[in-house]
Amino acid sequence: MFWKYGLFCSILTGSIWGLFWQIICTMIGILTIGEKLYVNVVPFLIVGSLISVIYVFLQNKISIKFHLLSIIFMVLLIYSFTFGDPFLQKKTNSISTFLLVVINSFFTWISIYLSLKQINIGKLSRYNLEKFYLRLLWGLGLIILILITLLPFYIMIMTSLKNQQSLILNPLDLSLNSTSDLNVLFSSYIELFTNFNFHIFLFNSFLVSIITVFVTLFFSIPGAYALSRLRFPAKEWFSGSVILIYLIPSIVLVIPLYAVFSQLGLRNSLFGLLIVYPATTIPVALYMLRGYFNSLSKEIDDAAIMDGLSRFQIIIKIAMPLSKPAIVSVALYVFMIAWNEFLFAFMFLDDTDLFTLSRGIVSLNSSEIPQQHLMAGAVIATLPVMVIFLYLEKFLISGLSSGGVKG
Amino acid sequence: MKKNIQYKSSELLRKEKKLALLLILPTICLVLSIVLIPLIANFWISFKPISLGDLRPPTLIIKENIRGKLSKSGEIAKIHYRYRNSSTKYDLNEVIFTDFIPKGIDIREIKQDTICSVESNKLICTLGKLKAKSSGKIILEVSRNDSWVNIDDNPKKHKPIASFTTTNILTSFDFTLENFKKIFSANEFWQVLKITIYYTVFGTAGALLLGLFAAQILQKSFKGRPIIRGLLLFPYVSPVIAVAFAWVILFDPFSGVVNSMLIQMEVIEKPINFFGQKFVSFYFFGFELKFPLALSMVIIFEIWRYFPLSFLFILAKMQSIPEDIYEAAEIDGATPLQQFYFLSLPFLIGIIATLFLLRFIWTFNKFDDIFLLTGGNAGTRTLTVNVYEQAFAISNLGAGAAVAVIIFLILLIFSIFFIKYSKKETI
Repeated sequence: MFWKYGLFCSILTGSIWGLFWQIICTMIGILTIGEKLYVNVVPFLIVGSLISVIYVFLQNKISIKFHLLSIIFMVLLIYSFTFGDPFLQKKTNSISTFLLVVINSFFTWISIYLSLKQINIGKLSRYNLEKFYLRLLWGLGLIILILITLLPFYIMIMTSLKNQQSLILNPLDLSLNSTSDLNVLFSSYIELFTNFNFHIFLFNSFLVSIITVFVTLFFSIPGAYALSRLRFPAKEWFSGSVILIYLIPSIVLVIPLYAVFSQLGLRNSLFGLLIVYPATTIPVALYMLRGYFNSLSKEIDDAAIMDGLSRFQIIIKIAMPLSKPAIVSVALYVFMIAWNEFLFAFMFLDDTDLFTLSRGIVSLNSSEIPQQHLMAGAVIATLPVMVIFLYLEKFLISGLSSGGVKG
Repeated sequence: MKKNIQYKSSELLRKEKKLALLLILPTICLVLSIVLIPLIANFWISFKPISLGDLRPPTLIIKENIRGKLSKSGEIAKIHYRYRNSSTKYDLNEVIFTDFIPKGIDIREIKQDTICSVESNKLICTLGKLKAKSSGKIILEVSRNDSWVNIDDNPKKHKPIASFTTTNILTSFDFTLENFKKIFSANEFWQVLKITIYYTVFGTAGALLLGLFAAQILQKSFKGRPIIRGLLLFPYVSPVIAVAFAWVILFDPFSGVVNSMLIQMEVIEKPINFFGQKFVSFYFFGFELKFPLALSMVIIFEIWRYFPLSFLFILAKMQSIPEDIYEAAEIDGATPLQQFYFLSLPFLIGIIATLFLLRFIWTFNKFDDIFLLTGGNAGTRTLTVNVYEQAFAISNLGAGAAVAVIIFLILLIFSIFFIKYSKKETI
C-alpha cells in the first residue's frame, strides 16, 4: 500500500505541517498585527511537501548550517510560490508579514525535522510506520491541545486591556498598544475598583474562602483521624456515606436552603454562605484526609499512646505535622472550591456590599456594561487561583488527584 | 487476671468509641443539617403548593392616620387605623392589635367598640380571624387634654403592634401532587430529559477521551513537560464564571473573535450565534440534517473544562505502570499501538471506568456551566437548569423541588450502581 512508503509519509508530513502552521500563523497575524490576512492553502501545501521530501533525501547531512539554509530556502520558496504575497493581502509586503513567514518556515521546518527523524524513502516496517504516524499525531496533538486550552484565557486577558472603540472597530485586533500608558491600558481594572466595588468583592471572596478553609480543616482533621484510626460502630457505614454525600448536587439542596434561610434571615448574608460552604467541602476533605491518614503508619500512634499522649495530643503533635502536605493540598483544594463557587453566592446574595467575586461578575453581564469590564472582572477572579496554583502546583495536583472528581 | 485484661480492653474500646464519636459528631451534625435535612426538606417541598412569594410570611399591615389637628388643648381629631392582611392566600388567625394611647389625649369615642377596648393607656382590638386579602378600618375620636407635655404625647409617635397566628406554608400539612403532575404532563419535560442525557453522555465521554489523549501525549517525557502539564489544568482550576464568560465573548456573534475570524477567512458569510441558535441545517444528498448547535457548544465547553481531570488521573495511573513491561514488549517487537492496546489499556481500564461513572454523575449534576453560557435557552435546558427555571424564573418553588426530586432519584440509581462497581475498583 502506498501509505506504507516513506516518501508518502514525508509528503503527508510536509503538507500537514505546512498547512497547519500556515493557519496558525495567519491567526497569529490577524490577532497581533491587526491586518487582514487570508489562509493561502495550496502554495503552503506544496512548499511543505517539497521541503520534507528534500529533508528525507538529505537527512544524513544534517548540521546547523543545513537547518539554517533550509529555513531560508523555505522562505524563498514561499515567496516565489505565492508571487510575493503569502497572505493574499493584495498589497506590498510589510516587515511584519515577512516575520510571519519566517516564523512559519521555522516552525514548519522544526516540525518536519522532528516528525521525520529516521524515516527513509522505501517501504517502512509496521513498527516504524506506527511510530511515525503516532509521532505526527503527537506533535499535532500537543500543539492543538495547548492552543485550545489557552485561547480563551488569551482572549480574556487581551479583551480586558482594550477599550470600547478599538473593540468595535476591529474585534480581531487584540494587539497591545505599546504606546499608551498604564492608566489607559488598565482602565477597565481601575474602573472596576473605583466604580464597581470590586475591592469589596475581592475582600468578601477572600474572607469567605479563607474562613471556609479553616472551618473545613477544623472539622475534618479530627473526623478523618477518627475514621482512620479509631474503632467504633458503623465506621464502615460512615466512610461509605462520606462519598455518597459528595455526590449530592447543590442544585438539589438550593431550594430548601433558600426557603429555610429566607425565613431565618440568613439568606442575604455572608454568614449563610459560611454555613453552606464548609458543609459541602467537609465530605471531600474528610475523604482526602482519611486516605492520607490511612497511609501513615499506625505504630507511631501506638508508641505515642505508650508515652502517655492523649488522642488529642496525638492529632496535634503527631498526625498533623506528619500530614502537612495533605493538609496543604486539602486547604488549597477547598480554597479553590469556595473561591470558584457560583450557585449559592448567586442565589443567596442580594446586597452589593456582600457580593463575592462570582456574584459580582454576574452583575457585570449586562448590555450596558462593556465587554472589557466583564473580562477584567474574569481576570481578577482567575488571577489569585492561578497564582496559588502555579506557586503550589505540586500540592494542588496531589489534592486534585486524591479528591478532585468533584466539580 | 485474664478477665481483668479483658475488662480493661473493653474499657479501652468503650473510651475509644466515645472519643471517636466526639471527634466525628460535629462534622456529622453540620453535614446533616446542611445536606441531609435539606434533601428531605426538598421532598417535603415538592409535595407542596408553594411559590417563591410564599416565603415572605403573611403579616398584618397597619397604617395609622390622624385626621384633624391636635395642636392645642381641647382640639378634637380622628385616628384612623387601616389594617390589611398582606397575604393573598393565607388567613391570619387570632389577630389582636394594640396601640399605646398617650396621657395627653382622651378617647371620646370608639366607632368599633364591639371589638376594641381601652385598658390603662392601651387600645386593644381583637380582630379575630382575618381572611386573605381582607382589610378593615378602626376609627377613634380623641381630644387633646392639658397633660400633653411634649412630642411623646402625640399618638402618631407610637406604632401599633399586631399579634396573630398564621399557617406557615413550609410547615403546614397541606400537600398536593400538582407539582409532579405538572412536570410530567409538560411536553417539555421529556425534551429536557433527552437533552440532559445527550449532554451527560457526550460531555463525559468526550472529556474522558480527550483526557486519555492528553495523557498519552504528556506521557512521553520532553522539555517543558511539567509546565505544560500545569497549563493543561488551567480550564479546570479557574472559576467557572470567568471561563464561561470568556467563551461567550469568544463566540459572540457580533464582536467575537471566532466569528470575525471565520468571516474574514471566508468560511462563513453571516455570523453564527453559537450559544443562541438551536439548530443549524445541513443539506446532505437532499436530506435536511439538523445539527443542535448550542447544545454541541455547551458539550464542547464541558469537554474543554473537564478533560484536565481525566487527564490528571489517567496520567498518574500511567506513570505507575512499571517501565520494564514496555521494555520487554519492545524487545518482543510490539508496535506502539499494540503496546497501547495490550499493555496500557488493561492497566487503565479500571480508572477509566471509575472516572466515567463519577464524571457521569457530576456532569449530570452540572448547573453553572449551562446556566452561564446559554441560560438554558436554545435547546440546552437540562434537568438542573430546569430546577432553577421552575423554582426561580417561574417562581414555582414546589415544581422546582419536584424536578430536584427526580434528579435525586436518578442519581440514587447511578450511585447504587457506582457503589456496587467501586467495591471492585477504587481510585
